[in-house]
Amino acid sequence: MKKPNDLILKTVTKVISFIIILFSLHLFFAGHYEPGGGFIGGLMTAAALVLLLLAYDMKTVNTILPFNYKIMTALGLLIAVLTSAGALLFNVPFLTHAYDYFELPLLGETSLHTAVLFDIGVYLVVIGITMTIIQTIGESE
Amino acid sequence: MLDIVVSISLVAVVLSMIGIVYRVIKGPTTPDRVIALDSLGIGLISVIGLISILMRTSVFLEVILLLGILAFIGTVAFSKYLEKGEIIQRDRDK
Repeated sequence: MKKPNDLILKTVTKVISFIIILFSLHLFFAGHYEPGGGFIGGLMTAAALVLLLLAYDMKTVNTILPFNYKIMTALGLLIAVLTSAGALLFNVPFLTHAYDYFELPLLGETSLHTAVLFDIGVYLVVIGITMTIIQTIGESE
Repeated sequence: MLDIVVSISLVAVVLSMIGIVYRVIKGPTTPDRVIALDSLGIGLISVIGLISILMRTSVFLEVILLLGILAFIGTVAFSKYLEKGEIIQRDRDK
């Protein structure tokens, strides 16, 4: 039987998936001042993983990235809830966020906001749910 | 002056997209329709670029890159389905 040869697709995937992941990180961190945010950043990261799944197979991708996506979803929800509940420690209402400007090495003056931590929760939940749906549908034979 | 030029090119791109939609509907085989949908996505990208010039804003530039990535992944998924019958394989070497 003739073995299928996907050399072009595999080579293109190796280059493009890194660009997509970089773009999704840009969308994630730009979310406070520009269009973007946790939702679309998570969807783009999931798109990069889907491209890897298309070019390779499910076993290889699970070997490269041994994530349990259900645990990732739970971890994202936990981060979101803990960030929201952390406001209660300072005698302010639930979901109150705080920010300040810090002098970081290499980055200079940066505004760090606790909403980013909440957004990381959203990001992990979106990746986890998308990949769980796709893997569950893909596995049924 | 710029607005007139951009409007003319917008009309040209929309006309070409109408031609592509004709190919999506009429296309005798499935690969014809897949290629037509891919070029429809590219046409949509150029429409968004021209509209963001018209509206003098840069907030749509992420959408352009996003649509390019989505059109690529969608076309690859369609072609893999046409080629192999399944989109995501469990084990390639089997």
